[in-house]
Amino acid sequence: MAPSSTSSEGASDEWLPPSRRPELADVVPVTQDDGPHPVVAIAYRDEFREVMDYFRALYFAGERSVRALHLTAEVIDLNPGNYTVWHFRRLVLEALDADLREEMDFVDRIAECNPKNYQIWHHKRWLAEKLGPDIANKEHEFTRKILSMDAKNYHAWSHRQWVLQALGGWETELQYCNQLLEEDVFNNSAWNQRYLVITSSPLLGGLAAMRDSEVDYTVGAILANPQNESPWRYLKGLYKGENNLLMADERISDVCLKVLKHDSTCVFALSLLLDLLQIGLQPSDELKGTIEAIKNSDPEADEAVDADLATAICSILQRCDPLRINYWSWYRTTISSQT
Amino acid sequence: MDSPSQPSPPPPAAAAEGGPAADGQAAELPRLTVTQVEQMKVEAKVGEIYRVLFGNAPNANSLMLELWREQHVEYLTRGLKHLGPSFHVLDANRPWLCYWIIHALALLDEIPDDVEDDIVDFLSRCQDKDGGYGGGPGQLPHLATTYAAVNTLVTIGSERALSSVNRDNLYKFMLRMKDTSGAFRMHDGGEIDVRASYTAISVASLVNILDGELAKGVGNYITRCQTYEGGIAGEPYAEAHGGYTFCGLATMILLNEVDKLDLASLIGWVAFRQGVECGFQGRTNKLVDGCYSFWQGAALALTQKLMTVVDEQLKSSYSSKRPPGDDACGTSSSTEAAYYAKFGFDFIEKSNQIGPLFHNIALQQYILLCAQVLDGGLRDKPGKNRDHYHSCYCLSGLSVSQYSAMVDSDACPLPQHVLGPYSNLLEPIHPLYNVVLDKYHTAYEFFSS
Repeated sequence: MAPSSTSSEGASDEWLPPSRRPELADVVPVTQDDGPHPVVAIAYRDEFREVMDYFRALYFAGERSVRALHLTAEVIDLNPGNYTVWHFRRLVLEALDADLREEMDFVDRIAECNPKNYQIWHHKRWLAEKLGPDIANKEHEFTRKILSMDAKNYHAWSHRQWVLQALGGWETELQYCNQLLEEDVFNNSAWNQRYLVITSSPLLGGLAAMRDSEVDYTVGAILANPQNESPWRYLKGLYKGENNLLMADERISDVCLKVLKHDSTCVFALSLLLDLLQIGLQPSDELKGTIEAIKNSDPEADEAVDADLATAICSILQRCDPLRINYWSWYRTTISSQT
Repeated sequence: MDSPSQPSPPPPAAAAEGGPAADGQAAELPRLTVTQVEQMKVEAKVGEIYRVLFGNAPNANSLMLELWREQHVEYLTRGLKHLGPSFHVLDANRPWLCYWIIHALALLDEIPDDVEDDIVDFLSRCQDKDGGYGGGPGQLPHLATTYAAVNTLVTIGSERALSSVNRDNLYKFMLRMKDTSGAFRMHDGGEIDVRASYTAISVASLVNILDGELAKGVGNYITRCQTYEGGIAGEPYAEAHGGYTFCGLATMILLNEVDKLDLASLIGWVAFRQGVECGFQGRTNKLVDGCYSFWQGAALALTQKLMTVVDEQLKSSYSSKRPPGDDACGTSSSTEAAYYAKFGFDFIEKSNQIGPLFHNIALQQYILLCAQVLDGGLRDKPGKNRDHYHSCYCLSGLSVSQYSAMVDSDACPLPQHVLGPYSNLLEPIHPLYNVVLDKYHTAYEFFSS
């Protein structure tokens, strides 16, 4: 067998065009039907064109053979975004009853060079589903490796989440989130993963059980980096759909006030206070005093007395967050129309 | 600074100075995280560009803020005819290349009429005999390339183009792509995500084949994809993302189920994605990217017509513990196609109930100064190469931001809403489908008769 046809991943130095391979001698290549006046025509290299012509021949004939499997590997190597080839490859794998662990190794090698490709990750999910819980840890190791190169790779995270939910492997996931957030506390993907673990891990008892310690953890992260939006959003997320509990937890308004003491224009702190007031928080004297002081510290602030504390915060935000002036102006109107 | 008629975008100083730990950065560098370092690099590059702008005399500004129409048209037109060997990686995305280019040209009002029939002919070769369009001739039909193909044909708008869509087979294809959950998969055996649902529902609505069968379960799936942050993710539990947020929101509007989303938190999340660079990022703490000018900008533009729903949701969320999404139990009672036929049309006829929720002038500033490439085409951010995808979505976002201050979708913007010379003004779009508005109207009439 020609070296090129055994697989796409090696021996490309001795590449033999399909037309010169004995095992494809009976195949009549099928050219692409682009018509007489093609548009968005790609000037394919000869190698690409020829491999595709032979692939088309086997694909149209529906030939589910070893040589078809080899050819799909070659097409995938040339263009891993070709979903038709991946689909056909799955049909061939099934027909040949191929070793799917070996297939996983194959797709992993491709994924390492093309980590942002829908088809590759979908193929991995298809394989993992068939291989079952035994493959879970290997998959987690693999996504960990991809995430060590790009900690925000959307496909890798989606795959990891799917494996957790379908096949398990939750044991060390919270620890992994901790590790990633230690490395980069601004990594919002890691915060998002943390949310999945806290709410869905069968080992932790769910959001209600975890909320208290999570609030402490998140408050710590906010105080260390008040300009980091991720923990602010996460903090609110911990009380999603539980406005009364959010309001009742004094740590929430406390962290806002603490941050505002050092940075009186911290948009995230002001914004969270605004949300708290909107859901009915009765402002403490300290909160009132803090907002009043911030308002008075700006010599350009208009003299007009704001109707209530929420409106006063909106006024501050309109000034200190000019990029979102339209948003804060709108927010202000929702206050007056609700009260 | 700017001419008096233009409201000034936020000062570039924010971009120049801003960022975490910007002062004393040399001393603190070792402790900065990857996110912070990457963000600072981008802010420095963008800041450099904006400092030039704000140091200029006003007349020089106007030159700098010009949309380089001729160059863009040349770059786009060339791509329509010929693409180099390196484009082989997009060999399964050729209807997308058609759409990115043709839609961008339509926004510039420069569709070359000599290639229209060739495009129709080419896309017919991508149309599967059993419905839907593949990424090239002979390829498996795929919902995303179907969306690209149909939007291209609508943008061409000729009788020949519109009648080339085999709607009966398209409907059957879409039904085959529906998962038991109600969500769509991209192709036979393909992945299920919010993109698949959007492309299916958008196309079905556009060619008037949307009915209860296709719609069933989609709204509940998308509701499950809204995250604790407020934005929408590609699938349940994944991270809120600008592209999926647009797709999810637009789908819910087309299904008339938008009240199932928590709109206030969605708006809040998107509004915070506009950063000191003046453009949008796709996710929290990620870098600015010109393509989100459309995905995020249009998502916010859509909400300008949803204020009645938002107000109702706010009222109920303040008066009770129940979050807005929770009354999402009811599936639409009507299954008739007639019920779904008009949601896209009625939506665009509606007036904007409020002004833009993002900084529409700042966004134009980012697109014009940071995303334009001198030789034509637009890009993600300074330092990146142009491509057709970014050209399409930067221009789509530019159009959205130019028209977002008007009450009616097709009203001519005032000079102060268009940054730079008024000749920068692009054609308006229908933001649910991202096709040029008058092309949409032609298609709407064609497919409703």
